[in-house]
Amino acid sequence: MAKTIKEINEKIKKGEAVVVTAEEIIDIVEEEGVRKAAQKVDVVTTGTFGPMCSSGAYFNIGHARPKIKLGGGRAHLNDVPVYTGFAAVDVYIGATALPDDDPRNKVFPGEFKYGGGHVIEDLVAGKDIKLEATAYGTDCYPRKKLETWINTTDLNEAVLFNPRNAYQNYNVAINLSDKVIYTYMGVLQPKLGNANYCSAGQLSPLLNDPLYKTIGIGARIFLGGGVGYVSWQGTQHNPTVSRTDRGLPRTPAGTLAVIGDLKQMSPDWLRGTTFTGYGVTLTVGIGVPIPIFDEEILQYTAVKDEDIYAQVVDYSDAYPQGKPGSLGEVNYAQLKSGSITVEGKKVPTGGLSSYAKAKEIAGILKDWIKNGDFLLTEPVQLLPSVDSGIAFKPLKERPIKSG
Amino acid sequence: MKRVVLTFPPNLVDQPITYHLIKEHDLMVNILRARVTPNEEGRLVIEMSGERKALDAGIDYLKELGVGIQPLAQDVRWRQDRCTHCTACVSICPTHAFAVDRKEMIVSFDRDRCIACELCVPVCPYRAVEVLF
Repeated sequence: MAKTIKEINEKIKKGEAVVVTAEEIIDIVEEEGVRKAAQKVDVVTTGTFGPMCSSGAYFNIGHARPKIKLGGGRAHLNDVPVYTGFAAVDVYIGATALPDDDPRNKVFPGEFKYGGGHVIEDLVAGKDIKLEATAYGTDCYPRKKLETWINTTDLNEAVLFNPRNAYQNYNVAINLSDKVIYTYMGVLQPKLGNANYCSAGQLSPLLNDPLYKTIGIGARIFLGGGVGYVSWQGTQHNPTVSRTDRGLPRTPAGTLAVIGDLKQMSPDWLRGTTFTGYGVTLTVGIGVPIPIFDEEILQYTAVKDEDIYAQVVDYSDAYPQGKPGSLGEVNYAQLKSGSITVEGKKVPTGGLSSYAKAKEIAGILKDWIKNGDFLLTEPVQLLPSVDSGIAFKPLKERPIKSG
Repeated sequence: MKRVVLTFPPNLVDQPITYHLIKEHDLMVNILRARVTPNEEGRLVIEMSGERKALDAGIDYLKELGVGIQPLAQDVRWRQDRCTHCTACVSICPTHAFAVDRKEMIVSFDRDRCIACELCVPVCPYRAVEVLF
């Protein structure tokens, strides 16, 4: 007899819901079997805490006297440029934005000490942020210059809006060349010196609902320490990749676009992040509750690290040159053991996504639900799935000819 | 066994001090890291093993010469408040000073094992390691 969101929420309101994390469900299923577990458990909570570059926030700063139109002008927050293509006092800051005078990789590898992600962390931490803006002036918005401290408490809206988060699986990055390389998958030592992976594995939200049967637009989630929602599929959402017979993608697949009120978030779960020689970004904490409708859904949440496979990709040549294929697959149990074998060589592994923090998030979300502080939502629209025909296409380059 | 950072002023950089340390004080010296530039300051990170008296005598010898001595442990700081336990540092650390409990995936730092090689510094995305070398 299938459960519904309505029934589960009723139990949550009464404080009777049985909620476990995606790690705890593994042992429960092992001990009691899928049927009993599906009857007993109402919600399985998932979590992830890793660098998510397509992140950012928009703000409404309110009108100055006299009024200024930032739209079409230039503005910076703590010297980091913000996007001013909106209305008079709406701006958007992206996680990977860098100060105009940041040397970037001029002296290689660049340090990338401060950028958009750090501004967002500072803002959420309640720090004062310097806003400097210039405008071209109009009759109705005559002011041409504004320099002021701002703080989240003063802003009208401060909304975290991330076009792509919570990647469903990712690559394992290695370096076959004979020089150290600096990538978004970290510092990679030459000649298979190390292998970096980036996933919460068995705790990861979309890996616990691999065919997107419960997670969709409008899903209420833990986001950056507060409450957020899934707003759309994330960019590069790629549901039609090759999967195991458990429905788990073997390569990066689904993604989420998420949104939430920045004012109720915390710098514990939104961290400015630096990748030497690469750039800056934002590390985001996300937790998604999975309503256990039936045995099928429960079975998906019992996924283990050893069930999830990732491709070993060379980031010195194959990745930058867009060459397809991989050096083989490994599973997350192997990756978390500390070393994997690639081309006969034992390669030490390192993570970029914190399993410990993902577990903490799943635990916090579990508490919120058990305490009746968090109700699940019925997604307005499920994400495009395996039958959608959607695939992540490369750019079809069409050079612009002059004359 | 002591692990120390030795700072050599310019006038001593071309003196075979390490040789004297070993030969005259009967100390086993393992050079972990060296930065020696002619006519500039030189720095060595070394491990010295031997009897207590020999170690003390060796250190006195260095001090008398004007060599700066600093215990290594003070040079490296792990900012636990900034660490997210991502484990990126673990695979790069040559002495396993950074290690991880593979059940809970929680990182730990054993200062005694650290040789201040600084390989972890550019690797940590949260700048949770500071080396004041």
